[in-house]
Amino acid sequence: MPTLDPVIWFFVLGLLAGVARSDLRLPSAIYDFVSTLLLLAIGLKGGVELARDGGGLPLAELGGILLLGCAIPLPIFAVARGLGRLPRPDAAALAAHYGSVSVATYAVVIGYLTTRGIAFEGRAPVWVVLLEVPAIVAGILLARGLSGKVAWGRLLHELFLGRSIVLLLGGLAIGWAAGPEGSASIQPLFFDLFKGILALFLLEMGLIAAAQLPTLRRHGAFVVVFGLAAPPVLAVAGALLGLALGLSQGGITVLATLAASASYIAAPAALRTAVPEANPALSLTASLAVTFPFNIIVGIPLYARLAAALSG
Amino acid sequence: MEQFPRRLLTIVTETALERELLAEFDALGVRGYTITDARGKGGRGRRQSDWTQQGNVRIEIVCDPELAERIAARLRERYYEHYAMILFMQDVDVLRPEKF
Repeated sequence: MPTLDPVIWFFVLGLLAGVARSDLRLPSAIYDFVSTLLLLAIGLKGGVELARDGGGLPLAELGGILLLGCAIPLPIFAVARGLGRLPRPDAAALAAHYGSVSVATYAVVIGYLTTRGIAFEGRAPVWVVLLEVPAIVAGILLARGLSGKVAWGRLLHELFLGRSIVLLLGGLAIGWAAGPEGSASIQPLFFDLFKGILALFLLEMGLIAAAQLPTLRRHGAFVVVFGLAAPPVLAVAGALLGLALGLSQGGITVLATLAASASYIAAPAALRTAVPEANPALSLTASLAVTFPFNIIVGIPLYARLAAALSG
Repeated sequence: MEQFPRRLLTIVTETALERELLAEFDALGVRGYTITDARGKGGRGRRQSDWTQQGNVRIEIVCDPELAERIAARLRERYYEHYAMILFMQDVDVLRPEKF
């Protein structure tokens, strides 16, 4: 039996504690601190790898990944409207959540690959950034139409200068500028403690996911079935794109995982103000209470095997 | 000590709305406000403050009655339908009327 990464058990612990209504709670300042560390560490790690290997972002990769972000929402919108019979705003919100990405899931796949010594592209954090925004814009367009009234200026400002993008790109730039030797001084906190930070973060994620569970019942079977069925399908799309772009086996795993993941921070925040009539709990519950646990426990090992099969 | 009557407007709503509301307040001519993180339960479920994404904020504004009415009307018109939001008003006395 393949052993589960210990960090995943922290998620399970948080989930169980939340379900059992334990008084376990991490103060929000701790959550902010831990997620800041995590985002910076991910960016820095990528930046250092970039400095070591050199090379930039091939244009085909930039275009392909942006296109993936724009394309994922369309079939999801269609399925949510057709099979799920969701109202248009809810279907569009779901499309935005699933087209966008979850940095927490990314952190888990990075941990997974690192533990197993599987190499992946240093520029992978850039993929997270490329995938985060387009789907949210696509989702808002699906809800509003082209002529709809949306305060795009403020919205795009919030999206592009959201803390996850600023910290990821900032970390990437610092890691790249410092290089492998220069970043040795910050190595203990950001690299050596990565798994410990991730464990704390996942403990909190477990508590947050548990808080979503009561709303699951209200949204019926569609949310559960969709939340479990969408990730593997999207992962195949991501993996095939990775293969077409000539990524490494680790890179294909990362891209498959990113495609399979659903946003639970950037998308809900943007959709809440841009499409207020969408039910915020529906997409968030699917993303947090179903898809996120599925991806980190079952999905990532599957996607890694898929990547190995494709590149083998 | 002379005291001057004003209205205290308290709004409890979703953290996600905070930025947008502050822009509304500036446009309406509000001169100051106080914001605190909040948690609680209401018609749209329970809200925790430990995860900012789903938290609540409580916004307090002290102003003259006419402005308080305008703010309330604006919020009711634009936000009541789709957001978790409550709003209530009280009479308060202030010592420095020029501030409010």
